[in-house]
Amino acid sequence: MLSEDERMEILKELEGAEDAPSIAMEALRIVQGRRGYISDETLCDIAAFLNMTPHELDSLATFYSFIFRKPVGRHVIYVCDGVTCWVMGHESIFEHLKQRLGINWGETTEDGSFTLLPVSCIGACDHAPAIMIDSTLYGDLSKEKIDEILKEHR
Amino acid sequence: MSTQERSRKKPLTRAMRSDGEPLGIKEYEMSGGYEGLGKALRDMSPHDVIEEVTASNLRGRGGAGFPTGMKWSAVPPDDGSAPHRYVISNSDEMEPGAFKDRILMEGNPHQLVEGLIIAGYATQSDRGYIFLRWAYGRSAQRLKRAIEEAYGAGYLGHNILNSGYSLDIYLHISAGRYICGEETALLNSIEGKRAIPRGRPPFPQVCGLWGRPAVVNNAETLSNVPHIIRNGADWYRALSLSADGGTKMYAVSGKVKNPGAWELPMGITMRELLYDHAGGIKEGLKLKGIIPGGASTDFLLEEHLDTAMDYDSVQKAGSRLGTGTMIILDDKTCPVGMVHNLERFFSRESCGWCTPCREGLPWVEKMLRAIENGQGHHEDIEILEEHTRLLRPGNTFCVHAPGAMEPLQSALKFFRADFEQHIEEGRCPYK
Ligand SMILES: Cc1cc2nc3c(=O)[nH]c(=O)nc-3n(C[C@H](O)[C@H](O)[C@H](O)COP(=O)(O)O)c2cc1C
Ligand code: SF4
Repeated sequence: MLSEDERMEILKELEGAEDAPSIAMEALRIVQGRRGYISDETLCDIAAFLNMTPHELDSLATFYSFIFRKPVGRHVIYVCDGVTCWVMGHESIFEHLKQRLGINWGETTEDGSFTLLPVSCIGACDHAPAIMIDSTLYGDLSKEKIDEILKEHR
Repeated sequence: MSTQERSRKKPLTRAMRSDGEPLGIKEYEMSGGYEGLGKALRDMSPHDVIEEVTASNLRGRGGAGFPTGMKWSAVPPDDGSAPHRYVISNSDEMEPGAFKDRILMEGNPHQLVEGLIIAGYATQSDRGYIFLRWAYGRSAQRLKRAIEEAYGAGYLGHNILNSGYSLDIYLHISAGRYICGEETALLNSIEGKRAIPRGRPPFPQVCGLWGRPAVVNNAETLSNVPHIIRNGADWYRALSLSADGGTKMYAVSGKVKNPGAWELPMGITMRELLYDHAGGIKEGLKLKGIIPGGASTDFLLEEHLDTAMDYDSVQKAGSRLGTGTMIILDDKTCPVGMVHNLERFFSRESCGWCTPCREGLPWVEKMLRAIENGQGHHEDIEILEEHTRLLRPGNTFCVHAPGAMEPLQSALKFFRADFEQHIEEGRCPYK
């Protein structure tokens, strides 16, 4: 069931929109913002609300990178694996993160704090190697800097 | 040249603040902001605006270098048959190595907004979109604020500056996929579909969003427009060292002393960019290769350093200006590993619509990974070469896959010895 708040926010997006599918991504984003991810049940609820079939909506949810169809941690760490970050030592940064968190790509730490995901070039090439944690960008990374950043987020 | 003259030569960035904060509307107006819009609405017809932009030789900064004036003139005149007409800023910037649009949008968001309004007037559009990539949160905040301020000052909304022209702008934040930057995939994405490219014709100018006219321009392209209208096409052309008008946001990344982005006259040489602005290669390293314009452009070599960074010259040298954002390969970095990284990106970002790209790119990626890990075979090089031919323009539905083949084909040509050494020694000699 969508909450009253979620419905209101989606209805606001619908005002003046061309049609319901054109705000489907917004609707997914609104709900994901509150629930962290889009479960099968949630997907069906949003689809029904927008008068779409679950398949139609899922074809969008699974196409775009930042809609999560599985649970993620409280924070998502996006590690830029763009070419400049690679040249500047992305791999050692990633190895270090993996070790510190004890997880691999796509996994979530046991305490539910972090999920580790690769991300295509985030446009911070002048400060490579770079990562994003949720919506905050961290550049010019070294192992020491990563330890500090992780501490801030624990 | 006086500092004032010199700064006039950097129209896109000269007014930006040094503290990293964005220009507010007052500061932007003080620097001449929204004068171009006023002039267009007051003294010029939409047709005049298109003529001026055509005469300026502005070419699209999104990668293909298509003349902007020509693009706009393909929009049919407004006969009232379409309920809406659209102008769109392509602010998706997902080309690996590119970060120029981000700098413009973060530092001077009003400039893009004004450019979009003038483009809207020229094409008689009543709706505008800024299609922004998900990762650019700071740009999103600043553009949102700029749009609000522009509404407040009467530059947006109904009857702009009492001219009778009206435009609304929406900020659309993408949920991420490289292919969203391809302009027809972008249109599908705004319509709420999977971002899969469309066939052409019909062209977006005729049948773009919901079957109505739509023009898509890169964010840097649009940021140039206010200056062209305010100062004139002659002035704009004179900023450039080449036949293409204006300045260009160039950038350099990789192991150089001073990576960054700079607004410079269109057509400066690669050498000047690399040595005078990026400070040259880091101590102890040598230049091995250059990707001149983002991930989907061919490698060039040291012998090409005197090439002018404009569309025709880079093409003549065997690559493309693309986004003008250079990536440096040094002699201690493995070219096979670098190309593998690029192809992993292209393979992951294939939209999956057509078979050669959906099946071919993962195959290429797998072979490169095997070579890099010391498990390659001699015939792999030929098979890779065959793929660069199989995935050429015309064989795939859009130019994503042909773009992916550009760095691969040139790497196989220039760094062939490296590929062979990996295979012979069964390991990466750079590790
Ligand atoms: C796979 C692919 C990705 C693209 N990504 C972008 C992008 O992120 N930003 C952009 O402005 N153009 C991008 N383009 C180019 C656009 O299709 C289009 O040519 C451009 O937005 C037109 O604007 P312009 O004429 O101002 O250059 C991409 C093209 C392809 C084939
Ligand atoms: S070339 Fe690739 S990205 Fe382009 S339509 Fe085909 S599958 Fe999609």
